[in-house]
Amino acid sequence: MIDFERVTKRFGSWTAVDTVSFTVAEGEFRVLIGPSGSGKSTVLRMINRLIPADEGTIRIDGEDIAALKPEALRRRMGYVIQSVGLFPHWTVERNIATVPGLLGWPKARIRDRVTELLELLNLDPRRYRGAFPHQLSGGQQQRVGVARALAAEPRILLMDEPFSALDPITRTSLQTELSAIHHRTGTTVVFVTHDMDEALRLGDSIAVMDHGRLIQCATPLEILTRPASPLVRDLVGREEWGLKRLAVETVGDRARRQESVTGEPLAAETPLHRALSEMVARGTERLPVVDGDGRPAGVLHLSDLVRPVPGGTASGGTA
Amino acid sequence: MTSRPTLHTSLHNRVALLMALAVAVAAMALPFLGFAPNRLLSGRPVSLWAAVQGLDGVAALIPGLVLLATPFLRQTRIWLGLTIAAGGLFAAGLAWLAGAHAATLAQGASAAARTSFASGFWVMAAAGLLTAVDAARRLGLGAVGRMTAGGAVAGLVALQLASGHLDALSILKEYANRREVFADAVLRHATLVAAALVPTLLVGVPLGIAAHRVQAVGRAVFPLLNVVQTVPSIALFGLLMAPLAALGAMLPGSGISGVGPLPAVIALTLYSLLPIVRNTAVGLDGVPAPVREAARGMGLTPRQIFLRVDLPLALPVFLSGLRITVVQAVGLAAVAALIGAGGLGAIMFQGLFANALDLVLLGAVPVILLAVAADALLSIGIAAATHRVGVLPGRSAP
Repeated sequence: MIDFERVTKRFGSWTAVDTVSFTVAEGEFRVLIGPSGSGKSTVLRMINRLIPADEGTIRIDGEDIAALKPEALRRRMGYVIQSVGLFPHWTVERNIATVPGLLGWPKARIRDRVTELLELLNLDPRRYRGAFPHQLSGGQQQRVGVARALAAEPRILLMDEPFSALDPITRTSLQTELSAIHHRTGTTVVFVTHDMDEALRLGDSIAVMDHGRLIQCATPLEILTRPASPLVRDLVGREEWGLKRLAVETVGDRARRQESVTGEPLAAETPLHRALSEMVARGTERLPVVDGDGRPAGVLHLSDLVRPVPGGTASGGTA
Repeated sequence: MTSRPTLHTSLHNRVALLMALAVAVAAMALPFLGFAPNRLLSGRPVSLWAAVQGLDGVAALIPGLVLLATPFLRQTRIWLGLTIAAGGLFAAGLAWLAGAHAATLAQGASAAARTSFASGFWVMAAAGLLTAVDAARRLGLGAVGRMTAGGAVAGLVALQLASGHLDALSILKEYANRREVFADAVLRHATLVAAALVPTLLVGVPLGIAAHRVQAVGRAVFPLLNVVQTVPSIALFGLLMAPLAALGAMLPGSGISGVGPLPAVIALTLYSLLPIVRNTAVGLDGVPAPVREAARGMGLTPRQIFLRVDLPLALPVFLSGLRITVVQAVGLAAVAALIGAGGLGAIMFQGLFANALDLVLLGAVPVILLAVAADALLSIGIAAATHRVGVLPGRSAP
């Protein structure tokens, strides 16, 4: 869906992005990660032509974006930034309605879409529709920011460290909601972060960048088990490697389906590191698992948490 | 401190105390009016007490009692409201007293006899109005509320003017002698200001936008405009006379000359540019970068970003620049009379040169009223623009 072919960007004598090639598949959640100055934000901003590429070709659905009108291109994509950037003189409703308004949607359709999005982002439409941004907390502002980006049902969502400025609790809940929205809508997401935990948690695939070059592009599991360079290993961090390894798989992945046991069950989508924590807290080696509808889905054993890695189920692009 | 608890607890408003003292001293020791056999002689003083006649005269002073009590009472919302009303009524009442007593004095005096406001009137009227302004601030009265209160006081005085109650006062006798000149002067004054505003906005707004977008423009323009601001107005009028006179000599029949309205409008424009250019640039600089970035990222065109984001967000700062400009231009236009531009300044200077203080007032008071009215109107505009932007200070997230 998104194709970078030997793309380079220089600012003066400094090469921000150095002959980078990669592909993001339709519906994929791609995280770009790297130290500051690695070029990850530049790559993101080249996708909607906020920064023009110097060399190489960027294609979306096979179409060279250099041939498109930048404004038309941007209206097809959602864009969320760390500092949110809500229009302070517009209500929440008018902020969310920005791109649908530009695209000339009928008023009634825009109004319904705003209601739908506010509900999707857990903001009561009756209470927040007419509110001004300065009346909202930081987390609520970014919820509106995400709603605004999703308003015109874009097939691509670009997010530049959207949750970095939020407190940990708000960040976690927005990450969960974003994951759910991604699963439900199938929108292709390109997400820039410097936080490896966030990358492992959200990404279908992770592209690690350093000094403008793409170092590795792989699934979270591969990033953890087969880091391509010492930098990738450092980004992952050595101390809690095991827990991070567990965090990329869910309880449902390793539950023994045919068994059953009594006790407070865990949801199948719970990350494994949380399951381990539960076992320690409850002093048990077995936990019952339920699926999304609350039906029994087997039992998770402590021994299954430490069994050898079965190998990555590669679905990401190539470096 | 425990030895003086009564004083500590009973004083609630220091500003009002100062004003109450001023009222008391002016009432006791300063002349309320001056009465002279003609306008060139200095008059004999008339005290406030001599001017108070009958019950209605006493009634006119009742609001003064509120002003004297205010400093010592708890500043509740009701009392502050009462104080605003009392301050305005007191000033209007003093004018009423002056008019009534001037009429009494005029009986049995020659037609040339003059009754003028004296220092006591000015001090008491100013103290009353300042107490009201202070109370309005304490009450947190908005621009519309302040303008309503000010308009009510102005209305009370206007009613007295219209009914002829104040006709015996010297300033109105000067007015009666110059009825037509006065109307022309007010119109001329407003025209000078408006004529300067047009080129100011046409040049200043684009220059401000350029200074915001290109740093070098700001670095070149602001020092220049700052220098212009430091040139005294009379000097600038003088400086413009020579080149314009020369230009007029080169182009006979063009109507250009070193004196008259043209140099006045040019000078007013030069003075007006700085606040307009600076506030346009500062207003645009104040638009948060992430807001612009988000607007661009969502696919707004540069034109849409300017009209929908930059313009409304910079508007309050721009309007306060416009307010400074208009108030300043109304005042400076008075000085322009010195180079023959006409306007209310012409009446002022005529009075100054003839040593007729009331004639000076006839020119000066409307200048002040014009400035105050422009200030009030633009304040309402600023309040409205700021409210729309929703970034009033002191508001926080729930």
